[in-house]
Amino acid sequence: MMDLTHFRTPLLPTPFHARTAPLNLLHRWGAWAGHTVALCFGDAAMEHTAIRNAATLYDLSPMTKYRITGPDAADCLNRLTIRNAAKLTPGGVHYTAWTDDAGQILDDGTLFRLGPQEFRLCCQERHLPWLLDSAAGFDVTVRDETAEVAALSLQGPTSATVLQVAGIDVLALKPFRHAVFKTPVGDIRISRTGFTGDLGYELWLEPAQALPLWDHLMEHGAPYGLRPVGGDALDLARIEAGFIITNMDFIPANQAVREDRTRSPLELGLGWMIDWDKGPFTGRRALLAERDGGLSRWALVGLDILGNVSAEGSILYHAKKTEIGTVTAAAWSPACKASIALANIQWKHREGRDLWVEIYAMRELQYVKLMLPVRVVERPFFAPARRRATPPERF
Amino acid sequence: MTDAIIIGAGTNGMACAYRLAKAGHKVTLLEASPTPGGGAARAEFAPGYTVPALAHLTPTLDPRVVTAMDLARHGLGYATTDLATTALSADGNHRRVQGGMADGPDAAAWAALTDRLTRYANALAPFRAMTPPVLAGKGNEWGKLARLAYGLRTMGKAQFRDFLRVILTNAADVAEDELTDDLLRGLFAFDATLGAWAGPRSPNTLILMLNRLSLGPLSLPRGGPAAVADAMAGALIAAGVAVRSNARVARIDTVGHCATGVTLDTGETLAAPLIVSAIGPRTTFRSLVGPRPLDTGFHAAAGHIRARGAAAKLHLALTGTPDFRGADLRTRLVIAPSVNTVENAFNPGKYGGVPTHPVMEIVIPSAHEQGYAPEGHHVLSAIVQFAPHAPADVDTARAAMLENTLATLETHAPGLRSLIAHAEMLMPSDIEARFGLDGGNWHGAELSVEQMLFLRPLMQAAQYATPIPGLWLAGAGSHPGGWITGTPGWNAAGAILKGAA
Repeated sequence: MMDLTHFRTPLLPTPFHARTAPLNLLHRWGAWAGHTVALCFGDAAMEHTAIRNAATLYDLSPMTKYRITGPDAADCLNRLTIRNAAKLTPGGVHYTAWTDDAGQILDDGTLFRLGPQEFRLCCQERHLPWLLDSAAGFDVTVRDETAEVAALSLQGPTSATVLQVAGIDVLALKPFRHAVFKTPVGDIRISRTGFTGDLGYELWLEPAQALPLWDHLMEHGAPYGLRPVGGDALDLARIEAGFIITNMDFIPANQAVREDRTRSPLELGLGWMIDWDKGPFTGRRALLAERDGGLSRWALVGLDILGNVSAEGSILYHAKKTEIGTVTAAAWSPACKASIALANIQWKHREGRDLWVEIYAMRELQYVKLMLPVRVVERPFFAPARRRATPPERF
Repeated sequence: MTDAIIIGAGTNGMACAYRLAKAGHKVTLLEASPTPGGGAARAEFAPGYTVPALAHLTPTLDPRVVTAMDLARHGLGYATTDLATTALSADGNHRRVQGGMADGPDAAAWAALTDRLTRYANALAPFRAMTPPVLAGKGNEWGKLARLAYGLRTMGKAQFRDFLRVILTNAADVAEDELTDDLLRGLFAFDATLGAWAGPRSPNTLILMLNRLSLGPLSLPRGGPAAVADAMAGALIAAGVAVRSNARVARIDTVGHCATGVTLDTGETLAAPLIVSAIGPRTTFRSLVGPRPLDTGFHAAAGHIRARGAAAKLHLALTGTPDFRGADLRTRLVIAPSVNTVENAFNPGKYGGVPTHPVMEIVIPSAHEQGYAPEGHHVLSAIVQFAPHAPADVDTARAAMLENTLATLETHAPGLRSLIAHAEMLMPSDIEARFGLDGGNWHGAELSVEQMLFLRPLMQAAQYATPIPGLWLAGAGSHPGGWITGTPGWNAAGAILKGAA
């Protein structure tokens, strides 16, 4: 009989909690996938500055992780996801997404190929029932390994150097590659990936390694400005990088209550990753019909907004009159020195002609209404060359 | 050169094959067993004793099929049409029922109930001949549905109200509301749930009774239901359809999303741009097509098609004439003495158990015509309900089912056990193995409200087309469901021809 007391602890601590708790000076905690995580350790602006100018640690442990193993693993993932999983070589990782039968997105995430028959899929939401349904008829096993794998994101221009001085030689690791490295706290899988659009690494470890690794990195990273960052700073960094987040920039099709709220990969700007020629995959028929029939209804675009007032949650207008979309994420970008945003706008307006945003800015209990001109711009907004340089610059 | 392959030479596969062949297709019909017929087959289950192997009666065949295939010319005749029923009583005080006529205290009530429900059934009958309408998206067919709904509405306000009141109720409530005679109540409850995985108190069982009434009276073809298959096979040969027996399909081959042919269990491959599956939809998608060309949601939904068989089949070789306390052996004999007997017979099966007092429909083909058994001997064919669809041990369950059935028979026909030369009990799993019906279910997929019309067998495959271009469904698992009618197969061919046009 299962011990039915889980509801008494709606949020679990992560394996790093013993270290992050005393550092969280303002007790700014948030919930992420059933775990307690820090939103800010004291000064979000300094934390963001560290992401762009030094090195940072972000507790990634609540990320949902699935292990897919078996002779048919690549086949099964090829049917599940829209990108070609078979092209991924062991030691590779790619950004991917998957949809329901109607070609409406369920989630996006990163797929790691750990071996010829072994993959790890990391994503925001829980998908075990869908993954098991997708595995039916394939010789694979699917396991939720979220609790078995602690994860730490080390991001920023000095991150490679921090690892180097901590005795972990990652200089040869290329973007979107991963490998197991010997470290003073044992073997740890490190991938050159991240959610900041900057130079950075993600470290995948056993929960028992979490605290020793944290201490080891904090000790050696101090001279290079290493500091923990919370979700607020990371969110700002990801907007600058133009990355989308499930349930913030789109609603997963299996969670959407209103049938017009779902989005296809084409509508989220993820059409580039669809491999139309790899054979059948879930949603392909519907996506082909959408592509060939011009049935896309929405477009996810990057916006450059006049002025410096963040446009979070604002409504977009054509010719200041007709509502044509909504801002899903926005910020004043310290890195770009611009007011930037991600938005869902109607497909026919995706080029952004005569586009305006109406911002209600609360200023001392009164709204200041702004109608500002908007330009559709390419994402990412901020893309430093160092994010891809191999070997990375040393400090 | 074959351009259409049909899997499964049951009556639906044959009806579909004929219609496609007549429209100019070069059709190959593949049947896993040695003879075509599916559920309409005969079997010599003991030396010298032959029985209808599964179905032992037929409803009114789809008149479109009978006419087009000219089945009479190909030898189909009837030993009896409009077969009467005897609701057996253990004390010999039976009720004879023929359509709306019944004897006993409820004669008037039975006539009124039959008349009322037959009118509702006739109003629903046009649905049977149509491809279920598509109600979403472009080119939706609400109009088509509205016309049929209008047909229902013309029965008048009071009746339409009553129709709406009863259509989703259960058979037991109606029986108990309208009748007082336990034998007739039991017969009604039995007939409503015959072939279903449902007891008379299960929701939505009255609509099964309406479906049954819409099929008209029961008949016994000369030579049994297999004669229907024989006549159809004759018509197919005349139409140039290639029928291959002992050809079991192991796989439906696909390239990309499209069906391109089939592979037999011998490894032989046959190519054709049009593949029609007239076997169970769950087997078709889950076993023959497999997950790769199907979307995850569809493949999962196909796995959830409910197909639980609850009808067992009993065959007895008798060395003499059984005596059901004077009942006319040339009628359909039903042992279902009350609503609760039927309901109680359903209950154990839910938990894998066997009913102590099973209910059953008995036909003695040898009482109607010769050729089933040696002179002076008889064969008894019975559909016995409710057998567990998933017993822990099928052999134990089969033995218990046989014993309880024989004990019940002995109560109604004393001395019957001493006449038995040979007995055979087919459990749902045996029926699945022998006839390829998913789960041993009579309809290949349960006929229940949630799997009817545009939900049959699945919303995404309810118009006989499937998500696999070139692959179509034509079996009893599709609208309007089972019984020996040929209707699903005929409808499917119509949809295929319309789709190609």
